[in-house]
Amino acid sequence: MRWPVSLIVGAAFSVVFAALALISFLWTPYDVDVLSIPDRMQAPSGAHWLGTDHLGRDIASMLMVGARTSIAVAIAAVGIGMGVGVPLGLWAAARRGGLLDEVIMRGNDLIFAFPSILIAILITALAGPSVWNAILAIGIFNIPVFARLSRGAALSLWSREFIMAARVAGKGAVHISAEHILPNIANLLIVQGTIQFSVGILVEAALSYVGLGAQPPLPSWGRMLADAQTLISIAPHMALFPGLAIVICVLGLNLMGDGLRDLFDPKLKQGRV
Amino acid sequence: MKALVATLAASLIATTAMAQNTSITIGMQLEPPNLDPTGGAAAAIDEVVYANVFEGLTRFGSDGSVLPALASAWDINDDGTVYTFTLREGVTFHDGSDFDADDVVFTLDRARAEDSTNAQKALFAGIENVEALAPNSVQITLSSPSGNLPFNLAWGDAVIVAPESAAGNATNPIGTGPFVFSDWVQGDRVELAANPNYWGEPIALEAATFKFISDPVAAFAAMMAGDVDAFPVFPAPENLAQFDADPRFNVIVGSTEGETILAMNNSAEPFADPLVREAVALAINRQEIIDGAMFGFGTPIGTHFAPHNPAYVDLLDRSPHDPDRARELLAQAGYADGFTTTLKLPPPAYARRGGEIIAAQLRAVGIEAEIENVEWAQWLEQVFRGRDYGLTIVSHTEPMDIGIYAREDYYFAYARPAFVALMDALDVETDEAARVDLMQTAQEMIADDYVNAYLFQLAKTGVANARIEGLWENSPTQAIDLTGVRWVQ
Repeated sequence: MRWPVSLIVGAAFSVVFAALALISFLWTPYDVDVLSIPDRMQAPSGAHWLGTDHLGRDIASMLMVGARTSIAVAIAAVGIGMGVGVPLGLWAAARRGGLLDEVIMRGNDLIFAFPSILIAILITALAGPSVWNAILAIGIFNIPVFARLSRGAALSLWSREFIMAARVAGKGAVHISAEHILPNIANLLIVQGTIQFSVGILVEAALSYVGLGAQPPLPSWGRMLADAQTLISIAPHMALFPGLAIVICVLGLNLMGDGLRDLFDPKLKQGRV
Repeated sequence: MKALVATLAASLIATTAMAQNTSITIGMQLEPPNLDPTGGAAAAIDEVVYANVFEGLTRFGSDGSVLPALASAWDINDDGTVYTFTLREGVTFHDGSDFDADDVVFTLDRARAEDSTNAQKALFAGIENVEALAPNSVQITLSSPSGNLPFNLAWGDAVIVAPESAAGNATNPIGTGPFVFSDWVQGDRVELAANPNYWGEPIALEAATFKFISDPVAAFAAMMAGDVDAFPVFPAPENLAQFDADPRFNVIVGSTEGETILAMNNSAEPFADPLVREAVALAINRQEIIDGAMFGFGTPIGTHFAPHNPAYVDLLDRSPHDPDRARELLAQAGYADGFTTTLKLPPPAYARRGGEIIAAQLRAVGIEAEIENVEWAQWLEQVFRGRDYGLTIVSHTEPMDIGIYAREDYYFAYARPAFVALMDALDVETDEAARVDLMQTAQEMIADDYVNAYLFQLAKTGVANARIEGLWENSPTQAIDLTGVRWVQ
């Protein structure tokens, strides 16, 4: 079997960022909590590979720690989305056509109708801005995505013979969903999880950019961009590198998601060629 | 065809050049909530209307001195309790009604009335009675002697309004000034036109537009594109170097009345303990904050007083940057391991950027200040009214406002009885030398008690087209006075 190129490239990008985030726990070129005003807004150099920001912090170090924030938020948010959305979707599929199915799916439509940024602003107004509220907002936004996906995929399985056999054997809906349906839709969920992961990173950056995500002094890619905004004509590197980090990371995850789909679904790949 | 285009272009250039000679577009970061300076506290109200649309009996000059305005002269009786103001004659309001002593009586009675919405009622607290002696003469009687009355009456909150139009001033301001209000497109701009019947020295401009641009990046772009002719308080100090290098622009750097402080909640632990407050003051490195947050614009202060005021005492030596001593003081106060508090930051750059720097400086002595960015409305509610905060950064831009330390209900809750007594004494003192003495004692008292950590005097950093002259360099009060502004060349 050949590995899809997009998977290899995407996974490589993603692994680099994950590795940077992990390394940042042990080592960063400079301490991101220590400001050095006299060294502010330096262009990239041997001492500071990506330059320094307006408070004299090393941008390379900030990006490494910021990757940690982005990845942690995205993982937690995808976790919430899958943890709540998938059981809801499976439950709705098991009671397909019933009142419960209707209630769950219309509830999902309701959440879907609000953009995640709006949910974040609502939560912030109630509880104050913080990285936890960003996770909650992005997580809530992920629930209907996974609920719809798993319900749709499960519905087509429920009419298949092997499920029929399980029912004849006397298995209940919970057992069937967990033992037969979930394993069969897992590849779909993994692909969607990868895509939602990249969306999570993007939304976290957007929320931090408008001040609703990670609060200072915790470094975050979105806030680095916001800080760089008025300085763009004096110190363009301050905007360039966080921007590139977001683009490459999101691109990598999307490529990986694409590649995974090709890998799991060879028919689709052949069809495309 | 070419010729036609050339002619068109030439005539276009000619018309814009001509239009520019008599009209000006001023950029402001915040839009005023209304246009009545006697009914709101927002600085943006005064910036648009003070001296342009409304005038008081007296007014501030660009150097902060008190000058005659609608009153041409005044006499004080021997014990300093009765002022007699002589009013200018031939002055009319923009709606055509005459200005006379009755308008002054109406204005001052309205401002000090029980149900008055004036934001600075304290200015009028000492007034016992206002009486019209003649159409051009008003007598103001004070409950105790005060030398401050002409200064108090120069504030934007004390401008003269007419009984016929006072109620509508919030949206249709009618004053006696050189500009007449013409239009307010909410969220975008306020337009003023020259007043043909102005009593005073004629002004050079025919029209003025105040344009509201809240985003610093958009403000930069608008200046660069020439959409705005001047931005008297430019929101992004980091861009000033670029304007300075560009021959099209003048950068105007002056002083303001804005004492920028790291306010501490004196009413709650741990900041109720003077040792903790002293430790915070010593943990702060002012120069780093001025360089990092304001790109070098600002003057360090050691007390709550403007350095350009003759009565200012340099008390910077009371709180030098000394992190080791700060840690010792914290240990003495029982916080050897430090503590955690909140640092609530309103939107301006001095607070948001300065807050990150201060949080890092406090962390170095063991104080963990959790940053919380708040909008102005939240700041007013949580910090100013609710006192729900540990630390906050704010610039106090009112002139001569050391008196706020005597207010028991004020958000940092100092009001030490000895200080209140000092302010009471200042209120009734008329001898200038004795007043300076009292003000200096007051400055030292709040510096020695470390009520707040005093950071820097906010600089007024403005940008203007190089062909404009007459804009104020300093900000002795919240105003963008256009009466002396004109285009040159």
